[in-house]
Amino acid sequence: MIQLRNVSAGYGGAPVVRNVNLDFPAGQVTVLLGPNGSGKSTLVKAALGLLPAMEGEVLYDGRNIRELKPREIARNAAWLTQSRDTPSIQALKMVLHGRFPYSGYPRRYAREDYAIARAAMEATGSLPYENENVRTLSGGQRQSVYLAMTLAQDTPTVFMDEPTTYLDIRRQLEIMNTARKLASQGKAVVLVLHDIALALERADRVAVLREGELSCWDTPEAVFRSGVLQKTFRVGMERTDTPHGVRYYYTEEAE
Amino acid sequence: MKSWRICSTPGGKGIFWVTLVLLTLTACVLSLGLGSVTLGPGEVVQALLSGDTGSTAGRIVHFVRLPRLCAALLCGSALAVSGMVIQTVLHNPLASPGVIGVNSSAGLAVALICAVAPSAQALSPLAAFLGALAGVGLVVGIAQSTGASRMTLVLAGVAVSNLLGACIDAVVTLVPEALTGITDFRIGGFSGVTMEALAPAAGMILPGIAAVLLLSREMDVLSLGEELAQSLGLRVRPVRFVLLMLAALLAGAAVSFAGLVGFVGLIVPHAMRRLVGEESLPLAAGSALGGACFVTVCDLLARTLFAPYELPVGIVLSFAGGPFFLWLLLRRRGGKG
Repeated sequence: MIQLRNVSAGYGGAPVVRNVNLDFPAGQVTVLLGPNGSGKSTLVKAALGLLPAMEGEVLYDGRNIRELKPREIARNAAWLTQSRDTPSIQALKMVLHGRFPYSGYPRRYAREDYAIARAAMEATGSLPYENENVRTLSGGQRQSVYLAMTLAQDTPTVFMDEPTTYLDIRRQLEIMNTARKLASQGKAVVLVLHDIALALERADRVAVLREGELSCWDTPEAVFRSGVLQKTFRVGMERTDTPHGVRYYYTEEAE
Repeated sequence: MKSWRICSTPGGKGIFWVTLVLLTLTACVLSLGLGSVTLGPGEVVQALLSGDTGSTAGRIVHFVRLPRLCAALLCGSALAVSGMVIQTVLHNPLASPGVIGVNSSAGLAVALICAVAPSAQALSPLAAFLGALAGVGLVVGIAQSTGASRMTLVLAGVAVSNLLGACIDAVVTLVPEALTGITDFRIGGFSGVTMEALAPAAGMILPGIAAVLLLSREMDVLSLGEELAQSLGLRVRPVRFVLLMLAALLAGAAVSFAGLVGFVGLIVPHAMRRLVGEESLPLAAGSALGGACFVTVCDLLARTLFAPYELPVGIVLSFAGGPFFLWLLLRRRGGKG
């Protein structure tokens, strides 16, 4: 399990997130919520060791991340990033990059790696275009290829930074279903989302960041009742029971 | 990217590689046979196999055309692979050894060693490598300290390139005998090259290209972006440093015997990207072969177009490369690329 203990992290000596304590338990979907600039992506990068913590420590199964080699980190946590360069390569080759942490010199992928990559593509629905150039795919198809690469990394923790941005509603739901399925397999899934309602409906735990500080970390119901979302996002929040379960929605004015 | 699709099928790939190898071999054969004196294929083969340097054909092949052919092959492959590595590592399709000032810094190092220690010219490949390395370090350092945007990098390279060009001119003005053929050096060319002069550069270029091919998977991962590459377990800083060292080694070695040859490092990797995609192993191999073929053909044209007069190969490269590059750009803008 990945744990953050009093973590402060940022850029150029200026902390963006301060003194955060947070666990990402196995088998649960944790959603990070917060307005733009509240430090969600910074926190994820700190948890992945991409940004060294200025203070505090990031623990992987109790070991400080500073003691781990990049390859060890990559075998423990995968990252579906928000922004990226898309090279002009075959989709299957792209997904195979997820096996890089397991490859030794001369870096030739084994039959098993291909099988894992194809299984990951199957899981994300991207197998039909395994031979296509990634650049020729639509935004949603590309996202499913990147998600397959993340899954091919086969890690106990999976971070997804705004995985539903720019996707149509069908694909958003598919991403959320994939996240739930991964959690049911025992993985810790961490999502950065902007959709408060989707987060409350789909998460096991919700962490709310406000101006770089963790203002709440609890179950969706407890977070809803705490009123922290209303304060943080300056919106009204409502919930209603429907035949499909509890649904949350927000209103423009905070109550 | 329609052109990529052609090479994405196994059959298309096979045809592409066979065609590229055949083109390169044909260019080699023509390069040995054609010139101010035309030699038949039989004469060329006989001269090569017998090692005869007594006959006119033997002397032409062994002392003139074979060294030039080797120089063209080495220079083309080294600059194209160097450009491919620089473009991949810096995530910048506008970067190349010529554009970001690597060639100029290598050239300045060669000019300095010729001016200060003319007897140590055998060390010029090493000096060129160190100069190229300094050039890479300077440009990357400037770009990173100002935010490392793609355009900043190119502009910093242009500024450094011009500055170093002025330094080369200053050296040659103060010590005129340092580079007797300064114009040839500035434009780039292979006239008067010998096997002895090529040997140390070849000793750097061939292992350099092999090392780039061995690091192709690392480049693939690096091309995803540095943070994503790191999250996949790549040690980004050391790998990037080693790759830039290799790019400097290749460009420096080429400049040490060919001068400031332009365009190859920019257009060959671009053309290969269109043909084989961006997977690093085929891209590096295609760049090496394509660069060798392109420069050999241009050198052949330089020697034969106005025979018995000869153009510096750099002029032909610019005449052939400029319009070709523009065509590539316009084709892309037109949505046909």
